[in-house]
Amino acid sequence: MNRKQKRLSIIAGGAIFLAAAAALVMSALNDQIVFFSSPTDIHSRPVSPDTRIRLGGLVEEGTVIRGEGAKVTFKVTDTNDSVEVTYNGILPDLFREGQGVVAEGIYDPASRVFTADTILAKHDENYMPKEVADALKAQGVWQEGEGGPKPASANN
Amino acid sequence: MITELGHYALILALATALVQSLVPLIGAQRNDAGMMAVGPMAANLSFVLVAFSFLTLTYAYVISDFSVLNVVENSHSMKPMLYKITGVWGNHEGSMLLWVLILVLFSALVANFGRNLPDKLRANVLSAQAWITVAFLLFILLTSNPFMRLANPPAEGNDLNPILQDLGLAIHPPLLYLGYVGFSISFSFAIAALIEGRLDAAWARWVRPWTLVAWTFLTAGISMGSYWAYYELGWGGWWFWDPVENASFMPWLAGTALLHSALVMEKREALKVWTVLLSILTFSFSLLGTFLVRSGVLTSVHAFATDPARGVFILGILAVFIGGAFALFGLRATALRTGGLFAPISREGALVLNNLFLTTATATVLVGTLYPLLLEATTGTKISVGAPFFNLTFGPLMIPLMIAVPFGPLLAWKRGDLMGATQRLYAAIGISILVGLVVMAFTTDEPVLAAAGMAIGAFVILGALTDLVNRSGAGRLPAATAWARFKGLPRSAFGTAFAHAGLGITMIGVVAASVYSTEHVSAMNAGDTVEAGGYTVRFEGLRDVQGPNYTAKSGLFVISRGGAEVARVTSAKRFYPARQMPTTEAGIRTFGASQLYVALGDMESNGKLVVRVWWKSWVTFIWYGTVLMMIGGALSLSDRRLRIGAPRKAARPARTAEAVA
Repeated sequence: MNRKQKRLSIIAGGAIFLAAAAALVMSALNDQIVFFSSPTDIHSRPVSPDTRIRLGGLVEEGTVIRGEGAKVTFKVTDTNDSVEVTYNGILPDLFREGQGVVAEGIYDPASRVFTADTILAKHDENYMPKEVADALKAQGVWQEGEGGPKPASANN
Repeated sequence: MITELGHYALILALATALVQSLVPLIGAQRNDAGMMAVGPMAANLSFVLVAFSFLTLTYAYVISDFSVLNVVENSHSMKPMLYKITGVWGNHEGSMLLWVLILVLFSALVANFGRNLPDKLRANVLSAQAWITVAFLLFILLTSNPFMRLANPPAEGNDLNPILQDLGLAIHPPLLYLGYVGFSISFSFAIAALIEGRLDAAWARWVRPWTLVAWTFLTAGISMGSYWAYYELGWGGWWFWDPVENASFMPWLAGTALLHSALVMEKREALKVWTVLLSILTFSFSLLGTFLVRSGVLTSVHAFATDPARGVFILGILAVFIGGAFALFGLRATALRTGGLFAPISREGALVLNNLFLTTATATVLVGTLYPLLLEATTGTKISVGAPFFNLTFGPLMIPLMIAVPFGPLLAWKRGDLMGATQRLYAAIGISILVGLVVMAFTTDEPVLAAAGMAIGAFVILGALTDLVNRSGAGRLPAATAWARFKGLPRSAFGTAFAHAGLGITMIGVVAASVYSTEHVSAMNAGDTVEAGGYTVRFEGLRDVQGPNYTAKSGLFVISRGGAEVARVTSAKRFYPARQMPTTEAGIRTFGASQLYVALGDMESNGKLVVRVWWKSWVTFIWYGTVLMMIGGALSLSDRRLRIGAPRKAARPARTAEAVA
């Protein structure tokens, strides 16, 4: 092989390699991404029970019930609609009633129960996951300024 | 008053950086030694000014000066002194100041330790560094001023986020920034080379130590951050493929590629253009990481207080620097003469393969990190890309790379002998296959892929040893000669071996901890027991603890094996009243390479406590491996060739060329 052929074969090899990697990425993006829904979305456009989704909203006040072992049920609301969630495990430190939460798992339209395997209460210092804040804004219940920095006394 | 002086010093630093950004550059164009000499002076002055500014902010934290807004928002008079100091960089404004402090520190290091650099190159490098400094000083002064005063100071501060009140905050961000920002040097060298249109093996020799320093610190920073998240968050996970973790991982991957391509350039004057491109790319990823973390475009454990103006500003910096660098690259790259022919099967070929895999892996991480942002921006659909995506894309790319790692150092430069390398690796291959079979025999229900992963990890470690054995001639030569040769091997040879072996150890840790760990969640009364990893964990009861700025419920657990007590751990849930925030303080006990990890959950209505107990198989290997990688980086850095650092031509006797790297 002369220099040109050698270079061409290296470029071709690299291109095939990159194409394979791109195909891998595309297929993974098709299968492995998880869509975000609010409680209103989940009831208005139900998805099949084997699709993983992320449900975000506020933990409805007075709905947290601790069952046997580490089992917990609570309702997630966007103030317009709410969904019952069951979860078996330890809740994150920042999980509490009236605060934002994101649950990942599957929704069964028949029993209208969302079975979560992951509960996230990650958030910024305004105690609201970004997705949840956006969903609440979409519902028109978000008050601008409510999420702003609070004085020390009211800081929770 | 002192706070105002700190603010003023920062403004002076901006003025100094502006001078540094232009005068040496013009001096280099005009060949004016006086103007070029301004560079080192300005670099040292900027460092002194920013360091002073940083110290004044630290002072405000130490004396709890609640007339400074930043202190009010992130400190508390009852907070332990260590956290008062680390709290300086536990928030957006202060951490940006630390970022810039490290940036000017690196400029000053180049100014003072780069005395043997050609004057023009040094002048251009310092100017390029100053452009970055100007951009980030403007960012701090215009959007993130840490010296803001309050007219009516409150009596008490809001305290620091309790998750950050940990030794981890003292170590993780400074190390991470030393890595992130350290790559600015290779970026500035690349820009200087493009401006001058001169690029040779000596350039690579100057860039490599800086890249090594940055890479070593970034490795330390990421690994420390991972261990911190592991013990502090109480989820027992050590890597979440969180966008912000990815933001630090991308420069690491690109920087690793850069280390290897700079080696080819240094030895063989090949891959010049590619090395310059990688230098630009690596720092671009550092900037992208800064943007992702600071702009509030994503939700993460690392989210800082966000303000749209900041995001736009950093996006501007990102566009100017990355766009500008690539434009310069496009204009000038053709001027760089390429050289150094090599066969596909050769040391160079192996390093090209390494670069191909590493950059593709970086690209997959980039896609997974940015795709959700782009999709939301364009269609409004909210999605999340999690661990399954990365396991499916990043994983398959890493496996062939890992298999290739032991072959690289065994191939000769220019034209290698793959069969010969394979023969030398026979023992390593044989033992690794045995390891895989043994793992399969002892773990019946686990995936075969896990056993393969363990075997590949073992192969990488044994391959690194094989390289050392082969170079010293052990087995071929008399023992005394071999030992003498072993001792005489260049430090960089040990550096390579340590870093590669570390990679293998980390891989074994990752596979074992992911596949063989067990989790047990149960509701416990005092006296109840849980079995995990062959140990019995008995819950003894809860007691209340009063800390300086928190209260805690602390659970005592007795760990026993075969009826005999072997250890006691406490696991606590703390509550910080100033922020009304709880944190989990997991109880962790190491047994061999594995760990028993106990985290407390909530109290049930019937008085039982939810307790999560993990058996984390060989999890410590993950971090031991990274420690070896850091040692490898430090060893390579102490190599005679880099320590002396004299710009010699690559043309050296062949034996030495074969022995190094």
